Order: sequence, then C-alpha cells, then structure tokens
Amino acid sequence: MHELSITQSIVDAVCERADGRPVRTVRIRVGILTAVVPDSMRFCFDLTTAGTVAEGAQLEIDQPPGTAHCRACEKDFALPDLVLLCPCGSADVAITSGQELQIVSMRVG
Amino acid sequence: MPHAHPHDHDQVRDAPSGGGETITLEQRVLGKNEELAARNRSWLAERDIVAVNLMSSPGAGKTTLLERTVRDLTGRRRPVAVIEGDQETTLDAERIRRAGGAVVQVNTGAGCHLDAEMVQGALTTLAPDGGSLVLVENVGNLVCPALFDLGERSRAVIISVTEGTDKPLKYPYMFAVADLVIINKVDLLPYVDFDTDQCVRYARSVNPDLRVLTLSATTGEGLDDWYDWLDARS
Repeated sequence: MHELSITQSIVDAVCERADGRPVRTVRIRVGILTAVVPDSMRFCFDLTTAGTVAEGAQLEIDQPPGTAHCRACEKDFALPDLVLLCPCGSADVAITSGQELQIVSMRVG
Repeated sequence: MPHAHPHDHDQVRDAPSGGGETITLEQRVLGKNEELAARNRSWLAERDIVAVNLMSSPGAGKTTLLERTVRDLTGRRRPVAVIEGDQETTLDAERIRRAGGAVVQVNTGAGCHLDAEMVQGALTTLAPDGGSLVLVENVGNLVCPALFDLGERSRAVIISVTEGTDKPLKYPYMFAVADLVIINKVDLLPYVDFDTDQCVRYARSVNPDLRVLTLSATTGEGLDDWYDWLDARS
C-alpha cells in the first residue's frame, strides 16, 4: 500500500504551502500508467489530512490516459497498459503520457 | 516522466468563486524522494561504490542468492556489503552476517518498500569502504518498491520458476523499471509448469531492454553470469 506514503507526501507538501490557511481542495494528476490506485489515495487522503489544515479538503484527481509514439510508423496511439506494442506491430515505442504523478494546485482560505 | 525535477514556482490567482485563492504547485509527488535518491547517487559515486537494488515477491530466493553472492565474492572482487529491508525481524541480516558480509537491517514496520531516506540512513550506519558493492535487498513485494528510486546504480528483479509464467504481465511496473530479471530456482524446472521463454517474452513486452539471467542460488548453476553482470556495473 505505497499509496499511504505517497499521499502523506502530498499532504505534507500542501500543508507546508498553505502556511496555516485552511485547505479546501487539492488537485493532483495521476496518469493511468502509474502504479497508483486513485481510490486508495482517496482513502489515504482522509486519513493523512486528519488534524491538519487540510482536514475535510476535497481531493480532485485528474487521470491522463496512456499514449505512446511509435518510432517505426511515426504514429501516436492509445496505450491502455504497459505492454509496449503499436497496432502496426512494432515494439519500438515511447510513452508520451499516462505516467504523470504530480500535485497540480490547491485552493486555500 | 515529463519533469526530471520538482517545481517550486508559485502562481497565485483569484479563485473563480467561493472565496480563497488557488495556488498552482505543479510539483512532482515523488520529488522529495527523488532529490534524496540523487544525493545518495552522488554520495555513492564519489566513493566508487556500486549499489544494486534487488526486488522480488516474498520467497523468490533473494536472501539465499545474497548469502551465496556474499560467500562467493568476498575477497575476490569489490568488498561486499548488504542493506536488508524487511517489515520486521533481523533474521535475514543474521543470515548474511553468518555468510561473512557487512550488513545493516532496515525494518520498515508497516512500510511495504524501502525509500531513499531509509537507504541514506542505512549507508551512514553501514559506512561501506570506497569501491564496495552494496546489495540492497528491498522488501518482498512486486508493486510498491517499483516507485521509489533509492539512488542505486541498477535494479534487478528476481522471480522464481515456482511463480507464474505471467508474473511480468501481472506486475508490469516492476518489470518496466528493472535493468535485469533473474529467473531463480531453475533446478526445479522439471517439477513445475513454468515456461521460461514465454516469461521472458512477457517481461520484454513491457521493457524491451531487459537483460535476463537464469540461475539456481541453491545449486550454483548460472551464478557466474550473475557475477559477470555485477562486474559490468562498475
């Protein structure tokens, strides 16, 4: 359950930045190709914000889809999982999105 | 990942409604761990220390492989030291110590993986000689350790033939971040339904650059290839 330590680091960063002001919403970006489960993060968010300035805050999760670029046929294509295979049959591909794991913004005050 | 460093620029703008203000952070969630990992990497490089992060399911044979590696490599090449990560107990560390290796145990308690900060503390305690090989045995788990850079030179995933052939597809993140896959317990192949070639195909479908070694830590078969691979990290 690595989501606990990951969510804890989000809450630490948010509380540090809030500078004592109450945090109302936190927006994060979790690509679908990261090994992070959004539902687990929501559960951990409620646990880790308890007793902090972010207690009761809403967690908004953007989930960019997986996409990749094929170096063989030069096309971009959707990548639903980490199996690196272009519809053209080539495995010479580069992941272009879906691996994001970022804190985007927060609303305070 | 698109960004290689945590961002720290603030943009404050008025919130559209409901009062308060929106603060744009745009920072990597794992940025702090990655900074610490980079610090570990520099610390190790300055001392010509090669660190390898070993990851696997519980029971794949990590500790047996390490015991054997410590015994075989002590006095032959670089000094060998081990960082043992487990949730509880010092049993594995004691096994390594009996094999003649310098070892420090990190108990993560509820934590399911090592992180860069734990490794930093372990390196301070271990104080490995310059030029050492430091083998880091991560917590037995094929999911969580994949996300946490420790500052290692290379990552090896160990699976055993008593596990499923399709393991790389079930745990793709781990195989995607690895440099090497070790298929252990090959002495048991006659007794189990494991298709080595298919397993390698699955692993390379998520990471085409993977090196693969087959060995048995119990019989010693294939261990020289593992030692050659470790030598090549230097």
